[in-house]
Amino acid sequence: MKLKKLILAAVGMAVGITGLTVAEPVQADEQYMPLLVYRSGPYAPGGIPYANGLVDYFKYVNAQGGVNGVKLTWEECDTGYNTARGVECYERIKIKDGKKGAVVMPLSTGITYALIERAAKDGIVIHSMGYGRTAASDGTVFPLVFTAPATYWSQATAITKYIGSEVGGMDKLKGKKISLVYHDSAYGKEPINTFIALSKKYGFKFTKHPVAHPGLEQKATWLTIGRKIRPDYVVMWGWGVMNSTAIKEAAAVKFPMDRFIGNWWAASENDTRPPGKASIGYKAASFYVPGNFTKLHADILKGLYGGDKAAALKNNWGEVLYNRGMVNGAIIIEAMKVAQKKFGNRSVNGTEIAYGFENMDMTEERFAELGMKDFMKSIKLSCADHEGTSPLIITQWDGNTWKPVSDWIMPDHAMVRPMYKEAAMKYAKEKGITPRKCM
Amino acid sequence: MEFLHAMTIGPIVEIIEYPTFFMEVLIGGLLTGVMYSLVALGFVLIFKASGVFNFAQGAMVLFAALTFVGLMEHGLPMWAALIATVAVMIALAYAIERLVLGKLVNQEPIILFMATLGIAFFLDGFGQTIWGSDVKPLDVGIPSDAIDVGGVLINWFDITAAVVAGLMVAVLAIFFQKTRIGRALRAVADDHQAALSVGIPLKTIWMVVWSVAGIVGLVAGVMWGSKLGVQFTLSLIALKALPVLMIGGFTSIPGAIIGGLIVGAGEKVAEVFWGPAVGGAIEDWFAYMLAMAFLVFRPQGLFGDKIIERV
Repeated sequence: MKLKKLILAAVGMAVGITGLTVAEPVQADEQYMPLLVYRSGPYAPGGIPYANGLVDYFKYVNAQGGVNGVKLTWEECDTGYNTARGVECYERIKIKDGKKGAVVMPLSTGITYALIERAAKDGIVIHSMGYGRTAASDGTVFPLVFTAPATYWSQATAITKYIGSEVGGMDKLKGKKISLVYHDSAYGKEPINTFIALSKKYGFKFTKHPVAHPGLEQKATWLTIGRKIRPDYVVMWGWGVMNSTAIKEAAAVKFPMDRFIGNWWAASENDTRPPGKASIGYKAASFYVPGNFTKLHADILKGLYGGDKAAALKNNWGEVLYNRGMVNGAIIIEAMKVAQKKFGNRSVNGTEIAYGFENMDMTEERFAELGMKDFMKSIKLSCADHEGTSPLIITQWDGNTWKPVSDWIMPDHAMVRPMYKEAAMKYAKEKGITPRKCM
Repeated sequence: MEFLHAMTIGPIVEIIEYPTFFMEVLIGGLLTGVMYSLVALGFVLIFKASGVFNFAQGAMVLFAALTFVGLMEHGLPMWAALIATVAVMIALAYAIERLVLGKLVNQEPIILFMATLGIAFFLDGFGQTIWGSDVKPLDVGIPSDAIDVGGVLINWFDITAAVVAGLMVAVLAIFFQKTRIGRALRAVADDHQAALSVGIPLKTIWMVVWSVAGIVGLVAGVMWGSKLGVQFTLSLIALKALPVLMIGGFTSIPGAIIGGLIVGAGEKVAEVFWGPAVGGAIEDWFAYMLAMAFLVFRPQGLFGDKIIERV
């Protein structure tokens, strides 16, 4: 009897609470963001700062009054950098409280590959910023996927250009040896064909060395590279513990660090701090300048952390991957603002934010207006070009921080774009997609 | 034809042509194998004393290393952090015995195995909740410079790891052979019922052995953490210890060392000389393939006790 009363009371309370919710005034317009993050698992040390930077930027935007009055809401789902879990997460959080997300950032090349078809059916944009399926930069076949500001293939050409500049010109690459150490996954394999094409174009010898997940043990790989092949340069497409292990093993075979260049996922403090002094001189590519020098950093520090630098640093503020999350947020919000100019100051859907991306023109001045002066170069996209033509920079670890050590390097778009087209057309043929026409 | 050559004649010719390089790979592999042995020892201790395959050993390595480096980050000097971490690992062993294993006495081995599975996931999550998921650099002063010995590069870190492993085996051997509790552990390992009948307290023994495995885990965690930084991935090194156990035997401490050497040397030589023929990245699965080959001919491993059950 007592139990029955309790149940009735609980039901009554539930009804009461529901009633209260219904009685609330109509909420202001909100833009829902499904966030696929990874704060657990073997790759969490990389996933956490990225997610913190992204979420901090959204909080900062909300603190400024939202996007033209539209507040951002979001829900995180932890993918653990696992493709199956990533797809499950996407299905679980793509819609929340009846609101469908307009854009999703898979934060994994594997998950991006798995979501391209699903998201296209759902009308949700994928922004795989600096990862994912490179061929998806072709907007005629992939209208809802954006890879801006640069792809792996572009990055491979920019790194090769940098190596060319180091050896005294691209013509001097002939006869040189460049080795690629890569994570044995869809992500790690992305640049291989580009390097093969580059090796044919410039006449250098290219060797590739896969490292199995998670990359805890690489002695065999580095003995082969450092003691047998002895390349002039090594390029790394790594992630997680693989990167710091590679640096340590490269040092163990006395491979010179200033001729070891990581891609932008092998370019964070997590990669260089654990090996200690061994990583001094190690280089990596980036599409923005490392550091916490911008006005936006100062505003986030003041606005979100009350000026408590220790608290901010604990949340990875200013670290390389935090900055990547932050700038990812900035690009998405910029796309939303462009979309709002056409469709009105309200929340936008996937097709509308795709319009925003395609008509985006984030000049250096615009970045400065957003508090990111001298942080990165411009991004201009179009219906057909979902990558843009942003240049890259090479950075170097000095033992404490990452410092830029090159001028901005424009990738060899003339070389990779036909490769995008070919791969995109192949995909279109396989999937029975008729490429749209872009004016 | 080219593939056949790359799998058969090619590697042999290369080994003969470049003997110094082969020696370098072999020595590098042997020293890496010692690092695997450090992790495998923890498994052996618990299996030897209780017949439980402790799936949580990798998580214990991570938890111990996280605690050690976490305490140092909070300002404790290294020696104090070490003592405190040993105390934490003993407390953990006590908790595991009291809350989990003690409640499962006389249960099937698979039940005990599943319990250690639960402990593994709990420790993974609990450790990261307390100490965070960031990569924590760990420097205990082990040199990592390489020295050239007759054209063969050898890393001081690897040599140190080999010395640490050797010392640990010696200490464990003395502990098992010369101390009263060590003899009790061996008695329990030989026959639970007989040990109980002569008054050896099984639960105390279990607690002791889990404590020792925790301390061995701490040593492994410090060594691997010094190499890679202390991070979640450390728990995955348990996967590198499994083929070591399969080859060396689940009940033999020298077996863990020999198994480690075989796995380390085998996988490195295979990766460097045979890997290119199949696209590389073969060392992980090669270790298991090697272990399976051993299983077929010697299921108890090289030094393990032969299991004879009457039916």
